Amino acid sequence: MSQPVRRRRKRFPFHIVVFLAPATLVYTVFMVYPLADSLRLSLFAPGEAGREIFVGIANYLTLLTDPLWSDRFWGALKNNFVFFVIHMLVQNPIGLLLAALLSSRVLPGRNTYRTLIFTPTMLSVVIIGFVWQLILSPLWGVAEDLMGLVWLDGLFAPWLGLEGSALITLALISVWQFVGIPMMLIYAALLSIPDDLIDAATVDGANHYQVFWRIKLPLIWPTIGIVSILTFVGNFNAFDLIYAVKGALAGPNFSTDIMGTLFYRTFFGFQLQLGNPTMGATVATLMFLIILLGVMIYFFIVQRRLQRYEL
Amino acid sequence: MAKPTRTSSNAIAMHAVLGGYTIIALFPIYMVLANSFKNRAEIFRNPMVPPTPDSFTTIGFSTVWQRSAFETFFGNSLIVTLVSLFLVLLTGAMAAWALSEYKFRGNILLSVYLALGIMIPIRLGTVSILRLVVDLNLIDTLTALVLVYTAQGLPLAIFILSEFMRQIPKELKEAARVDGVTEYWIFFRIVLPLTRPAIATVAVFTMIPIWNDLWFPLILTSSESTKTITLGVQTFIGQYVTDWNAVLASLTLAIVPIVALYLIFSRQLIRGLTSGAVK
Repeated sequence: MSQPVRRRRKRFPFHIVVFLAPATLVYTVFMVYPLADSLRLSLFAPGEAGREIFVGIANYLTLLTDPLWSDRFWGALKNNFVFFVIHMLVQNPIGLLLAALLSSRVLPGRNTYRTLIFTPTMLSVVIIGFVWQLILSPLWGVAEDLMGLVWLDGLFAPWLGLEGSALITLALISVWQFVGIPMMLIYAALLSIPDDLIDAATVDGANHYQVFWRIKLPLIWPTIGIVSILTFVGNFNAFDLIYAVKGALAGPNFSTDIMGTLFYRTFFGFQLQLGNPTMGATVATLMFLIILLGVMIYFFIVQRRLQRYEL
Repeated sequence: MAKPTRTSSNAIAMHAVLGGYTIIALFPIYMVLANSFKNRAEIFRNPMVPPTPDSFTTIGFSTVWQRSAFETFFGNSLIVTLVSLFLVLLTGAMAAWALSEYKFRGNILLSVYLALGIMIPIRLGTVSILRLVVDLNLIDTLTALVLVYTAQGLPLAIFILSEFMRQIPKELKEAARVDGVTEYWIFFRIVLPLTRPAIATVAVFTMIPIWNDLWFPLILTSSESTKTITLGVQTFIGQYVTDWNAVLASLTLAIVPIVALYLIFSRQLIRGLTSGAVK
């Protein structure tokens, strides 16, 4: 009886283990274990003598209902949705427009445009945040001067400092930086559409707009779907830009607070607020659930409805 | 007769949109680079004008040089990025090869397990990563950053590389096996060289987020000697916020190497981005 068991063990070749072990080990120890351990920690609270005690879902109840915490949580969640909606409404349509223009077969210099427009995407979010802070600074007055060129300088305001406009301004800065990603992904999808298809439509009398709306756009919906889910995950995980421009307090009056900054403050502490690891783990777990929900909605609802065409 | 004029007015409109957006994309960067070489009075009096012999100064750069350990930050970023990149590419390619080549129990399960990290941001595990790093006595070391970034880069690397390795023709591997070489030899001498284009793509995807990251340096490092460039610039600007020359110079120092590298490698980089997306 022991013969086949030993044979099977022997058959598992050593070299497969050697190939798989390093990556699996690092990934498990530094990614999967911390994520799982964070989920566990969200059910604990600091007790006496540095020991953590099991409290069930008490942290979640505090975060979602205790006025001391819940105002911040719901505020951050709402702001994060605003942040995401602005990306969807501004970044992805502009990316689509630029990609459509770049994929035109007859435009000279399109590779140069493509390279230059993608430049800000390569830079660190922190650097971009500071750059725009300077440009929009009323002290320097560059933005005001520029608006003066089109007689709009009367409309200038220190947008980053005002409660009503800071979040929108930050979202637009982020859009400005990352528009290159939807542009590239959609551009690649547009390039993969066979020329015959476009030629056939043109021969049938379709003009540029009809070709775009009736043929190209339906073919790239799956890519736009991927761009949307990438935007969602990226936005609900964002932190650097807000922290660089507004600090961890995400002012004025928490109007630019998103999940990432809330997580940082809760976990790490800031100024008078002491860091609370288990509460931080609770915020992280809720972020995890939000991202998971978004990804599931995408895979089970959006992606199924999207028709894929075999090219 | 009407056709050529319509096409050319279309082309003009397209150039206007793309050219206009290019200016929007580059203008803020130009403003920082140009003004970092001007004296304070000129920065405020004529912000749009490039530096002239009269307004030229490098005082901002000397402030940065004297008051901060910029070269250390830069070196740290370089070490962390290159070592993480090497580890992601080597261990990722090894795992991708095993998953795409060998049939063994649990292959699919392991593939799915390793792919989970593509959609789940590693930041969400930060609370426990910090504890782990403290327990391992790696707090405030570059090693901690390297390990975290390696874990962060692996899922996408394994996914892209194993897709690519599946397309390597069987004949090449079988011919080598008939010659009696080891599986390691096949991997290092046949598979890795053939995978080079995909490795270049993965390198780009892996490298940029590591170089630009603020989150993990902020949480895992604290001393001047372990700061990366992103964190270094962030803290420097926090301290010298009123010294416009120094702020502009530090931003220029952070921007120029990346933009230079990008412009040199943009062709390969964009090819990688677009080929990865076609899938």
